[in-house]
Amino acid sequence: MKKLLLATAAGALLAGAASAEEIKLGMSLGFTGPLESMAPGMASGAELAMKEVSDSGLLLDGSTVVPVQGDSTCIDAAAATATVERLITAEGVKGIVGGMCSGEAIASLQNVAVPNGVVMISPSATSPALSTIEDNGLFFRTSPSDARQGEVMADIMIEKGIKNAAVTYTNNDYGKGLADAFAAAFQEKGGTVTVNSAHDDGKADYSAEVAALAAAGGDALVVAGYVDQGGSGVVRAALDTGAFDTFVFPDGMVGQALVDNFGSEIDGSFGQNPAAEGEGREKFLEMAKAAGFDGTSAYSAEAYDAAALMLLSMAAAKSSDPNVWKNSVMDVANEPGEKILPGELAKGLEILNGGGDIDYVGASSIEMVGAGETAGVYREVAIENGELAVIGYR
Amino acid sequence: MDILNALVAFLNFVFIPAAAYGAQLALGALGVTLIYGILRFSNFAHGDTMAFGTAITILTTWGLQSLGISLGVLPTALLALPVGIAATALLVLGTDRVVYRFYRAQKAAPIIFVMASVGVMFIMNGLTRLIIGVDDQRFDDGARFIINVRDFREWTGLAEGLALRSTQVLTLVVTAIVCGALFWFLNRTKKGKAMRAYSDNEDLALLSGIDPERVVRMTWIIAAALITIAGVLYGLDKSFRPFNYFQLLLPIFAAAIVGGLGSPLGAIAGGFLVAFSEVAVTYPWVKVAGYLAPGWQPDGLLQLLGTEYKFAVSFVILIVVLLFRPTGLFRGKSV
Repeated sequence: MKKLLLATAAGALLAGAASAEEIKLGMSLGFTGPLESMAPGMASGAELAMKEVSDSGLLLDGSTVVPVQGDSTCIDAAAATATVERLITAEGVKGIVGGMCSGEAIASLQNVAVPNGVVMISPSATSPALSTIEDNGLFFRTSPSDARQGEVMADIMIEKGIKNAAVTYTNNDYGKGLADAFAAAFQEKGGTVTVNSAHDDGKADYSAEVAALAAAGGDALVVAGYVDQGGSGVVRAALDTGAFDTFVFPDGMVGQALVDNFGSEIDGSFGQNPAAEGEGREKFLEMAKAAGFDGTSAYSAEAYDAAALMLLSMAAAKSSDPNVWKNSVMDVANEPGEKILPGELAKGLEILNGGGDIDYVGASSIEMVGAGETAGVYREVAIENGELAVIGYR
Repeated sequence: MDILNALVAFLNFVFIPAAAYGAQLALGALGVTLIYGILRFSNFAHGDTMAFGTAITILTTWGLQSLGISLGVLPTALLALPVGIAATALLVLGTDRVVYRFYRAQKAAPIIFVMASVGVMFIMNGLTRLIIGVDDQRFDDGARFIINVRDFREWTGLAEGLALRSTQVLTLVVTAIVCGALFWFLNRTKKGKAMRAYSDNEDLALLSGIDPERVVRMTWIIAAALITIAGVLYGLDKSFRPFNYFQLLLPIFAAAIVGGLGSPLGAIAGGFLVAFSEVAVTYPWVKVAGYLAPGWQPDGLLQLLGTEYKFAVSFVILIVVLLFRPTGLFRGKSV
């Protein structure tokens, strides 16, 4: 029995080290739940990168990449943990694009991914708490921490002359982290937060929450919530009662659903979400269009980059074992080396196979800092005539 | 001017929302109290029956909308309401036939009925989710506002705005009509009197030739109508999600018990009492106070409880009433 086990283990090791294989990459995204309208765009982005690499035939002697989807639900940590458990133990994935939301990502990372030694690269979990988490080098994200978003949001508001604001956040790690980061940054820049209170998702009626926000007052209302959930409920109640006219929307709210829900009622409101400009992004948008999905969908580009980073790191480490290739992620993402844009993954693989260095730029201008997160470029948007308009990048 | 501003803020954020919510609770509590008074048990399946009736009404509404039928400024759901009521009536009559009649024949203790109704609750819970799913559904159409905030500010020049949604007015009007019809039925018609007689003293009613099964059927049908109307109004005014309807059970029961179980008048008073308490306790009064007492700038928000604790208000009311006046305000039956 012992010998048999040894033989199988050795066989598995050999298989991992040489010859073409079928590499499974998991996706733990919230296909149902408060961000369900964003998840398909993210999955399409990640699958686009996987397909590109598979088609090139250049990864680890012509290995193919197979995506495996799992539903993280975004809010139910237990469900997300079970999903990641299934991806790792039953499907045997070599890396996971996810989790999607911060709380769920923290839970599945700590409970399953770290004990099993599998890398997670999240395209969209932005809680500052993930910067300092104990992850054995297994967690990265292609989105910046919300500590940065809080500052960007505060800057935009101060520039627009908004000196005091009410803040409402969805009652979880993402909402609280972002709201606190924003409050600190805003106060430092001379603004006043009149009230910083939570709202729970999934309620029928937010008039009581809005009444409390209205009583505290402010020139604008910062809604650090989810567009498919309580965030929209709060905005609806605030518009109905006339409590606020100007809203500030962070990343969880910026999406097509927002203008679908409110149209020109929220003209004059503005927000920001992580999204880079430049050649990489343009290229990604073109590729997405050709593949038949909307590349501007929130975090779609980041998901592409997460999957691409994983596969390039495997090539750099010459192994699909997460505990080996996790050490290559920072090298692949940062200088020195040839800059790699979306659609150039084959070129990157070729360089890596030849022992060269690359600097993956990708669709969202990846530049990894600190504990494996991007420095962060934000897209400033405004709602004009019932449409999302891009104002600029910062 | 400041007093007017205070009044408008109070109306906008406290009075109007609480009145609409109170009317919805009152209709729900009327159903609970009717079933308690005549069938003698607390029906835990109430919230989920509301969800079922509303789900059917929503589906019918969508059907009507796709046919291009609408009521103009009124929501199309009003047209679909009779279908919802009929379906709910069939459902509760079927449940009575399958579940409750068995226990009635056994003359089972009320607590057994209550437990059976918990089982019914779970089944209806699943049924509704099978039919329409777990998600939020919006089905309101027609005119959204009677008074719009921006228009109101322009007309009056006040700093505070006032919004009056058409669904809020609709809720109050429909509730008034339904309550009037119910009281007329209970007090003036032969069937209503038979129901009250059965409620007061079952044996005596039997002796005077009242058919008990008929009374039971009548009760379920009326309860189904009340339940569906309450559910549809709540869904129109706020939004429909099966889980929220399940959660409504608590404030509805609080309302029925505060008013006195078995007392229709009590149910209505209880509904408004619970709604106004919930809103008033969680509303920050700082703005209203600021208008009434200029120059006084309190540090806090003058909010007794955070809005997260809204449900706790129902609990507190329930406990206080059960401790000090178990029969409720209108001397219903003690629990």
